[in-house]
Amino acid sequence: MVPLFYNARSLWARRLSTGLTVLGLGLVVFVFSAVLMLANGIESALAAGGDPANAVILRKGATSELVSGVERDAVRILATDPAVASGQQGEPLVAGELVVLVALPRGEQAMNTTARGVEPESFTARPEVRLISGRRPRPGTNEVALGRALVGSSPDATLGGELRFAQQRWPVVGVFEAGAGAFESELWADATRLGGAFNRPGYSSALVRLRSAEDMAAFEKRVEADPRFTLEAKPEPTYWAEQASGLATFIRVLGLFVSFVFSLGAVLGAMITMYAQVATRIAELGMLRAVGFRRRSVLASVVAESLMLGAAGGLLGALGALTTRWLHVRTLNFQTFSEVSFGFTPTPGILLGALLFGTMMGLIGGLLPALRAARLSILDALRA
Amino acid sequence: MSLEAVPAPPPMVRLEGVSKTYRRGTVEVPVLEAVDLAIDPGAFVAFMGPSGSGKSTLLNLISGLDQPTTGIVEVAGRNLAELNDRELSDWRAAHVGFVFQLYNLIPVLTAAENVELPLLLTPLSRAERRKHVAAALDVVGLSHRVGHRPPQMSGGEQQRVAIARAIVTDPDLIIADEPTGDLDRKAAEAVLDLFGVLHHDLHKTLVMVTHDPHAAERAERVHHLEKGVLQ
Ligand SMILES: Nc1ncnc2c1ncn2[C@@H]1O[C@H](COP(=O)(O)OP(=O)(O)OP(=O)(O)O)[C@@H](O)[C@H]1O
Ligand SMILES: [Mg+2]
Repeated sequence: MVPLFYNARSLWARRLSTGLTVLGLGLVVFVFSAVLMLANGIESALAAGGDPANAVILRKGATSELVSGVERDAVRILATDPAVASGQQGEPLVAGELVVLVALPRGEQAMNTTARGVEPESFTARPEVRLISGRRPRPGTNEVALGRALVGSSPDATLGGELRFAQQRWPVVGVFEAGAGAFESELWADATRLGGAFNRPGYSSALVRLRSAEDMAAFEKRVEADPRFTLEAKPEPTYWAEQASGLATFIRVLGLFVSFVFSLGAVLGAMITMYAQVATRIAELGMLRAVGFRRRSVLASVVAESLMLGAAGGLLGALGALTTRWLHVRTLNFQTFSEVSFGFTPTPGILLGALLFGTMMGLIGGLLPALRAARLSILDALRA
Repeated sequence: MSLEAVPAPPPMVRLEGVSKTYRRGTVEVPVLEAVDLAIDPGAFVAFMGPSGSGKSTLLNLISGLDQPTTGIVEVAGRNLAELNDRELSDWRAAHVGFVFQLYNLIPVLTAAENVELPLLLTPLSRAERRKHVAAALDVVGLSHRVGHRPPQMSGGEQQRVAIARAIVTDPDLIIADEPTGDLDRKAAEAVLDLFGVLHHDLHKTLVMVTHDPHAAERAERVHHLEKGVLQ
């Protein structure tokens, strides 16, 4: 075997081009691992939301509240379940909720915002939702409360302002926070008024607070088995985790696609560098072949050198991505998810994947130059 | 006569009816024609001749870097035509030491590491390799430069490192194509003195191509090539 320190020192001897190539590879690996860490961060941030004693009721098979529907009668039936917790006046903590998208003006354009029609129990069952100014909307009126991420996002979206949508006026009477969860980018209004304005007689979902999280499994089975409706119940954290996984998967797929496209450039860079390494060392390679190193050894030597480039790029990218741990993304505006705060969460798997990805790019970039080196005619190489 | 009863030792190198033709487009260029040659073990042979007469081509055939168009090349009893590319590589590693005009050292490796390269193709342990490297560098008088790299050495010193690399595996045959071609008088003499040591003390078979009559004088026998024909 041609010794590896020969390759390492040859790379070092041309450290400018080596460095630039490693930087290029590192950038791609950085994007690759940062995106995976971000998707991870989203999952863990959003999955953390929700109360395990709260059940979200959706139509069976519905993947989100937006595409779900729950009859008013069904909500009344759910309220009679023995596991349901009671409020201070003995009322069952069950709320039918209606989720619609409203368009609020933002400059010239309109901004899609999630409006949640709620009932008083919606607040009671979610202690993490707390008013930070103003008051709750009164039931039976058009009053709305804004999630704090929405404040200022549209000209009238402030305490005391008046929103207009669905040909009606909606005065803002309160602003709430929700522990950095997704509710902070919603506006909450009375479910019945909102349903009237949008011509929606039913609900999208129901929120049921149970006496204890331990009742959840049995409650889920009862809802599933009840012949009076075709609904399913799931714990609130599970629902949010599912919502997050859709978003995280989207980010992952997009990130991997972007990394793949960038990687073509980085592989090309590695290939050019390795071709140059081979070209400047033709006489050395010819000597190695003359003294008896086989074609295969020369091939392996060039591939090993390229793997070193790739591994260095992988290491650089992974280390770079680790520094994003201290970054926190506060605003990422997606269609329905806006203003969620999350970080980049590394895992050993992602870091290992980053190293492998870098090494892989080195391997692919080095193959053709290595073949060229192995196929050299010894006499031509010695004459060079 | 009793002299006839003693069989002559088989030659180290035997060429029989060797010719080499290069093809340039549709034109065939004959480079070597009907070369017959025998070199005894332990001989020191020099080839001279004008540029383009085919000296390097002949050397490449003997050292297994090239194949003849017709004829037989036999080295140490082995017909080289019988070996494929991989076997030829192994054969060269075991039997041939090379000295090039431009030394062909690896600039990023130290003298010792350069000399060690051919030993990496042998089953020797690291400690044994160290010993052989030290001995070879001692023969060429460069024991004090083991850790130096080629760019820090003069041309003559580099060529001596290259000679150490050529002898470190103790090959049967040492091939040198214009080993003093790039050296000044003094450095050339040092290299030629070394060849004398390899010849007289180590009994190596040496085949050298040179333009330099002084260098050729050191050989036991000088062959002249003229337009591909051995004179
Ligand atoms: N690969 C090749 N293709 C075509 N012609 C070649 C090739 N290699 C060598 N020749 C030709 O063969 C002839 C002999 O070349 P060779 O290198 O053996 O000469 P030489 O005697 O060593 O010359 P010099 O003293 O200049 O080194 C030259 O005319 C050369 O151009
Ligand atoms: Mg020549």
